Formats: sequence, C-alpha cells, structure tokens
Amino acid sequence: METLASGDSGSHTLIPGELDASHGVVLYLEEVTVSFDGFRALNNLSLTIDVGELRCIIGPNGAGKTTMMDVITGKTRPDTGTVFFGQTLDLSQMTEAQIAQAGIGRKFQKPTVFENHSVYENLELAIKTNKGVWNSLFGRLSGEQTDRIGEILYTINLVDKAPLRAGLLSHGQKQWLEIGMLLAQEPKLLLLDEPVAGMTDHETERTAELLTALAGQHSIIVVEHDMDFVSSIARKVTVLHEGCVLAEGPMETVQHNEKVIEVYLGR
Amino acid sequence: MRYQPVSVGLAQRLFSTKGWTGLAAALGVILVLVPLLNLLVPVSSPLHLSDYAVALAGKILCYAMVALAMDLIWGYTGILSLGHSLFFALGGYAFGMYLMRQIGHDGSYGSNLPDFMVFLDWKAYPWYWSFTDHFWYAAMLVIAVPALLALVFGYFAFRSRIKGVYFSIITQAMTYAFMLLFFRNETGFGGNNGFTDFKRIAGIPIATGEMRMALFILSGLALLGFLLLARAIVTSKFGRVLTAIRDAESRVMFCGYNPLRYKLAIWTFSAVICGIAGALYVPQVGIINPSEMSPANSIEIAIWVAVGGRGTLIGPLLGAGIVNGAKSWFTVAFPEYWLYFLGLLFVLVTLFLPQGVMGLLKKMRR
Ligand SMILES: Nc1ncnc2c1ncn2[C@@H]1O[C@H](COP(=O)(O)OP(=O)(O)O)[C@@H](O)[C@H]1O
Ligand SMILES: [Mg+2]
Repeated sequence: METLASGDSGSHTLIPGELDASHGVVLYLEEVTVSFDGFRALNNLSLTIDVGELRCIIGPNGAGKTTMMDVITGKTRPDTGTVFFGQTLDLSQMTEAQIAQAGIGRKFQKPTVFENHSVYENLELAIKTNKGVWNSLFGRLSGEQTDRIGEILYTINLVDKAPLRAGLLSHGQKQWLEIGMLLAQEPKLLLLDEPVAGMTDHETERTAELLTALAGQHSIIVVEHDMDFVSSIARKVTVLHEGCVLAEGPMETVQHNEKVIEVYLGR
Repeated sequence: MRYQPVSVGLAQRLFSTKGWTGLAAALGVILVLVPLLNLLVPVSSPLHLSDYAVALAGKILCYAMVALAMDLIWGYTGILSLGHSLFFALGGYAFGMYLMRQIGHDGSYGSNLPDFMVFLDWKAYPWYWSFTDHFWYAAMLVIAVPALLALVFGYFAFRSRIKGVYFSIITQAMTYAFMLLFFRNETGFGGNNGFTDFKRIAGIPIATGEMRMALFILSGLALLGFLLLARAIVTSKFGRVLTAIRDAESRVMFCGYNPLRYKLAIWTFSAVICGIAGALYVPQVGIINPSEMSPANSIEIAIWVAVGGRGTLIGPLLGAGIVNGAKSWFTVAFPEYWLYFLGLLFVLVTLFLPQGVMGLLKKMRR
C-alpha cells in the first residue's frame, strides 16, 4: 500500500483511507446542524472523542442522540458543520459501507441481527475481511478468523448458542450478538445506541463489565437512558439537549449541574 | 487467555444425499426415460409419450429456469422483479433473429429477408441484425443483451436505493415500454406477429422428433446446471449476504458491505438465466411475439415462485410445473376461467401457504 509522509507533522506516516488518530482524538464533530423540515434535530453540535475513551451521551428523548449517530455513520448528511474521523477522514464524504470499513461500528437502538442466519453466521458476515462480491463467492474463513469468532462467542457469552438461528435468541442475547458483530469488525470507534434497553439486571451488569473491558482497546460512545448503568461505566458524560451539548464532565459534576437537573435529571 | 475452539457445522453442503439422488433421478428422466418413451416406444403403445407432451414438458423446463432466476432475486434477495418476462423475451428475440435468418429463401416471398421486412419494403437488414446469421454470435446476444440491460438498469435503480414496490413498478414500466416498442413494425422485430415459421437450426430441420428431443434435453440440462449453480451461490457466503440484504439491509451496510454490488451481481445473473431460458423456449414453441412481455406474464412468474415456496430453489421449479400443468389443462377445459383460477390460487397461497408447496411438504413430514 502506498504511504506518504504527512507534510506538516512529519513525525508519522499517513496511509490514505486509514484512521490517523495521531493527535489522540478519534472523532471530531464541529458545529454540526441537521434539520428535518425546519426542525433542528442537531443544532451547532460540537464534540470530540479521545482515543480509547468510553463516553456516555445522555439526554431526554428527542435530544438528537440517535441523529448524532446517524451523522457519524453516514446515514444522515449534516446540513452544515464537519465530521472527521481522526485527522484525515471526512465522514460527510463517505458512504455507510466506507465508514464501516474505515473502522466505525454501530449498534442500533433496536437490536438488528440477521434473524434467519445462525449466531455463528452473523459473526461470519461481520468479521473483518475483504467484503467484495468476489471474495464472498470464493473466499474462505482463515484459521485466524475462525479463532477470532470463537473468542468473540466466548466474550459475548453465546458459545453454546452458536448454531442457533439468531431470531431465537432472547432480547438481551441479541444485543450481545450485535455487540459481538461490532467487535468482529475490529472497529476503532464503537457506537452503541441504548445497549441495555430491555435487558434484565443481570444482563445489564454483564454488559457493563463487557464495555469496561473493551474501553482502552476501542473508543466507545454509549447512548443510554439507564442512569445506574451510566454511573457504573462512565468516566465522562455528555448531556445533549435540543441538539447541542448542555454539559460535559464526570458523572458527579454533571449530576449536580443545575441546568442538567432542570431539563433532565430533576423530574 | 485461551478460549475453547468453537466448532460449528458452518459449511452447508451443496446438496444432501437425498438431494443428489433426486438430481440424478431427474437427469435420468430427461436423458433416458423421456427420449425412450417418445422415440422408441411405438405410438400404439399406451406407454408412448406424445410429441405434444414432450413439447409441453420442454416449455415448462424453460419456465422453471425463469422461476429459479426469480427465486434468486426475490426469494433470496427480497427484490420482486416484474421485469423477468422482458429478459426472457429478449433472449427469445435474440435467438429468434438467428432462426429467422435460417429460414433463408423459404419465406412466402422467396426473399432472403424475413417476410415482415419485405412487407415493410425494406431492402436490407437493419444494422442490429448484422452477424445474426452466425449461431455463436446469436448465442452471445442471448446472454449479452439481457445482461447489459440488467446491469445498466440495475445500476441506476440500486444506486438510487429504489426498493420494494417502487422497484417492482419501475421494472414493470420498463417491460411495458419494451413491449410497446416491439409492437411497432418499424422497430424491425416483426411487430405484433413477432417471429415465427422457423424452419431450421444449424441447417437441421426444426419440426422433427429428434430436434424436439434435442431441445428438450438441452433445456433439462440447462435447468439442472442452473440449479447446481444457484445452489452453490446460495450456500456460499455471497448467498448469506444476499439473504442478509433481504432481512436487514442497513445492517449489511454497517458491516462494511456495499449492497449495490451484490444486488447488481445477482440481478444480472438472474437476467441471464431468463435470457437463456427464452432462447431455448422460442424454437420449442415456434413463435416469439411482444405479448411475451405483457405485464401478466411477469406477475405469473412471481406466482409460480410463491406457489412453490420462496427461497427454496426447488419449490419454484415445482411451482412452475404445477401452475403451468394446471394452465395447459384449464386452457383446454375452461379457457375463460384460467385467470380467475390463477388469481384465486395466488390469494389462497398467500393466505394459507406463505411458504408455498415446500412449506406444506415440510409440515407434512413432521
Ligand atoms: N428522519 C426524521 N425525520 C423527521 N424528524 C426526525 C427524523 N429523525 C429524527 N427526527 C426528530 O429529531 C429529533 C431528534 O431525534 P433523535 O435523534 O431520534 O432523538 P433521541 O435519540 O435523542 O431520542 C426528534 O424530535 C425527532 O422527532
Ligand atoms: Mg434515540
């Protein structure tokens, strides 16, 4: 692959199409605005996420959390503002598939796994590899890839469910499978939209453990309503309100911020 | 940390032992039983298979190929095409051009142009008829024309993310536009009469028992070949991506796949199968005209697949056989009621047999 020395910093090499997080920041949103029929779902939103960070985004319904994820993953285009993955990748110019290939994985609010495929096949489809037509027709999983699938099955606690149709899993298990599919893509940035919605307390606890274990290796953004869950994992919390950042900081500080109490916590 | 290796039988087999046996049996029927009963058993014997029956069976084999093609795009990928009769007709017309050139001077005007061109007072073949007197050139057109049309049309439709009923409607509209085009005499494809009165293929007379049998066998082999190919496709990872696109397309995109390429590949392959089926169909029925592209035909193809069972490959073949078998009986016994019956069948299958005949068989086995 062609590499070229980056002009201004000179200290690192740059591979076109690959994440360059040399400044310690994996995601920049700058003054992003998205309107739906005049209604501003995102209003001048600015946000940065550091490499290896586990960030929680909270905010009342309609605050724009899901829309923000749509913008990052290329599902919705920003009307104004910029979205950069690392120093070099302008996400607003890339397709969903290119963004996924570049290393952003997304879990939807409603768990979406391939219900008619087995748990194993779901991971097989997600695993990081050449995703072209030709490779899908004639390629085979390498030994490394099957090992990786085994590891992920273990991580998400679904080893004995591997041959089962994913549609038969419980709601919580589907959420895990979806997280597993994200891990299989070896993303640099993981976006999780309400990962514990509909989970039992036990499942929620396990998910918290899973996410804390994953932070560090990956940068993670979690959108969540469940405040106990957020307190149990978050180091830094961003509160969204009416499409822009209301407050940001450690959970304890945010919890005591008056504006936040007014719009969200104090009900 | 070491994890236990997880061994899961991922590799779906191409066919089960029973499947292979069934295929071998079908091959035996096509290559041995039918030729034997038709050509060797004397006409007086009750076991004799009439020429009519062979021609009907050959025709149904071609329809079954189209049903298979439809299953790949509709059953497996979730894209309902109402343009498959167009690809079928284009394949038929492409090979029909060759058959017309094979008539030579034996037309009713004794010209070396087809009768309809003489009638239009044309003096020479239009440019797009060039080289169609060569068998292999025509055979190439049978594949290239549907493929090219599918590729271009599919590229724009899939790129614009046209889906569901919108896609069905624009494929239907395209087919209708082509039908109107082919109805015009000036288009150079024989207008509403189309092509007929074929005399020969490769210099060999067409209206003989041997030729009929050869075409029947060829259709059977093509069908089995495409069935094997289709099965290889749907058991590959490519096939699993197709069903994933059907079930949750945006998830597929967020997994890093570009659905456009996948849809385009299977859509074009599906069109090519139809083209080849059309080319085998035309010499067996002896005519191709624009009514082959009528909206009802495309809908009928979808009904074969629904009746047999979507996403099963074998089901649609059965569906094509059952519906067309019923049709050939109905159109003799109660011709005016056929369309009512077809509509009723579709409603009943949709309501009570969403998995078609294959679903019913599965239920009975349990
Ligand atoms: N596609 C859309 N069309 C119109 N309005 C939308 C669309 N998507 C989101 N919205 C509106 O934008 C606002 C933000 O929505 P969303 O991002 O889903 O909020 P959250 O996930 O924080 O609950 C809501 O008021 C919602 O109604
Ligand atoms: Mg939301």
